[in-house]
Amino acid sequence: MSVTAFLTDSTLCIGCKACEVACKEWNQLPSDGFDWKGFSYDNTGELGHSTWRHVKFVEGGVIPGQGGNSPDNFSWGFSSDVCKHCENAGCLEACPTGAIVRTEFGGVFIQPDVCNGCAYCVVSCPFGVVERNPAKGRALKCTFCYDRQKEGLQPACATACPTESIKFGEINQLRQSAQQRMTKLQDNGFTDVHLYDPEDSSVGGIHAFFIVRGDPKTYNLPPHPEVPTTYLRKGWISAGIAAGLMLAGTLLAFGKGNIR
Amino acid sequence: MNPLVTASSRAAREQRLLEIRLEAEAASKVPLQIETRQTAPTEASAQTGYYGMPALKRPQWTVEVPLYFFVGGLSGAASLIAAVGRLSSADARLIRHSRWLAAIGGMISPALLIADLGVPSRFLNMLRVFKIQSPMSVGSWTLVAFSNSAAATALLSEFERRRPNRAVSVLTDAAQMVSALTGMILSTYTGVLVGATAIPAWNEHVSSLPIHFAASGTAAAAAILELSGNESEVLNRIALGAAAVETAMGASIELTPSPGTKALRTGGSGWAMRAAGLLSGPLPLALRLLSSKNNARKRGLRRVAAISSLAGSLLTRWAWVHAGKLSADDNSVPLQLPASGE
Repeated sequence: MSVTAFLTDSTLCIGCKACEVACKEWNQLPSDGFDWKGFSYDNTGELGHSTWRHVKFVEGGVIPGQGGNSPDNFSWGFSSDVCKHCENAGCLEACPTGAIVRTEFGGVFIQPDVCNGCAYCVVSCPFGVVERNPAKGRALKCTFCYDRQKEGLQPACATACPTESIKFGEINQLRQSAQQRMTKLQDNGFTDVHLYDPEDSSVGGIHAFFIVRGDPKTYNLPPHPEVPTTYLRKGWISAGIAAGLMLAGTLLAFGKGNIR
Repeated sequence: MNPLVTASSRAAREQRLLEIRLEAEAASKVPLQIETRQTAPTEASAQTGYYGMPALKRPQWTVEVPLYFFVGGLSGAASLIAAVGRLSSADARLIRHSRWLAAIGGMISPALLIADLGVPSRFLNMLRVFKIQSPMSVGSWTLVAFSNSAAATALLSEFERRRPNRAVSVLTDAAQMVSALTGMILSTYTGVLVGATAIPAWNEHVSSLPIHFAASGTAAAAAILELSGNESEVLNRIALGAAAVETAMGASIELTPSPGTKALRTGGSGWAMRAAGLLSGPLPLALRLLSSKNNARKRGLRRVAAISSLAGSLLTRWAWVHAGKLSADDNSVPLQLPASGE
């Protein structure tokens, strides 16, 4: 038993969506319906209650050597998105029932038999991952394949990935191999690679980091995610002032001469 | 080549291949239904994010939640009015009405919150744990304490009214104390609940939301008490103070624009917020100031002010929740994209 993580390396992703399919099959998630989104080959759109892995398709300008064999093809980047399993998880902190817990593998897990569907985790996730399922009423997201990890198995998405774009392993080793991969890519001329792992933000690091080419914003990865508990201090100070104003105002209105 | 295969059968098989090709061509024509979003960029880039897709999830709260903010806020304030009224020499009718307003609000509030849950039968799970870092948990426990103490205050005081008794009087006061203290939390914590989230339009106002919600709840409580026939100067003064705070809040929303709070000033939620601000702030403030100068029409002016405050308070809660939904759609703030302008 060790603390684990995902490293999703978009430079190896071929956009096959095997991770999406494997995730849905293993976790028995329903179909999202089929709508043309008009976003390249992405018709899933975003992560949600029934989508725990989502392959993003980014079409870019012509970069010789990056668009297949033809020199005038546009470039294509793919990246499989997933719950970040934050070190300071907004959803976990906000959950009033204690349904959302941290597992022994470091993942963030929603206990399905405890969640009562208050939906407060939905507005507390800085990555827009958690969502309440309208039919079941409960909040759902990636479980980090807690069931499989307990059996010593890799998560379904990492197992199904044919190019090992989704790597799974012990978090420190994975961070090391991410650095090695970054160096190798840069040595090979991929100077625009970024490792997305916001360790210096209030979420305090994540258990699912990403290697992408270009700006991570292109993949809707926020540059400075904030865990909403950082706003609590200001909020409660204001609530204290508000209560004080209410009390003082009511006392004044009744008139100080009248108070017994 | 098999000599048994005749030329005609070869032609038939070629024909079949053509049929398959035509069939596949027909079947592959899928009607194009592109989801159109009004301002959605057609590209993924460092300037637009991922095709302009939201980076946050929309709040999934239904209309019960802003209704609960309204009812909970006003019943907490009513309980405080009752407690201070008891301390002072206020007339018994005002105290009695305030207590019942708090008690009834304390009964409706949990019903509204339970109705909004995805799994209402599991509402008791809220009381499995107490988490100080979760405003939802703090609020659930506050509501339980408030509902029970407000109901106890109302029932005990009715008993006391019929059979004056020292012991019951002490119990009433104790219950009143608990309900006034928890009532003040109830009227203000919803501002923390909304403010301490990932939604930019909400968290950028985390320092003013509790004050805004407290003023809104206080104004609504005073308005209901006035409209139920308590024409006291005390209520008018409370409402005047609340309307002054609301005016300041409305002005601060308008005068401190930032990309994150765009939803508070533009679009449907912006207009709802503006209407709510006028109904809660300047309008009742002006009417009440006018009423103290005009004795003949005092009653009418104050009634209109009360109705305006009540409608404004309800609309304020709805507008804040609605603005949160639109704010979540805008990926430019969480992704720190170049401002899209207003």
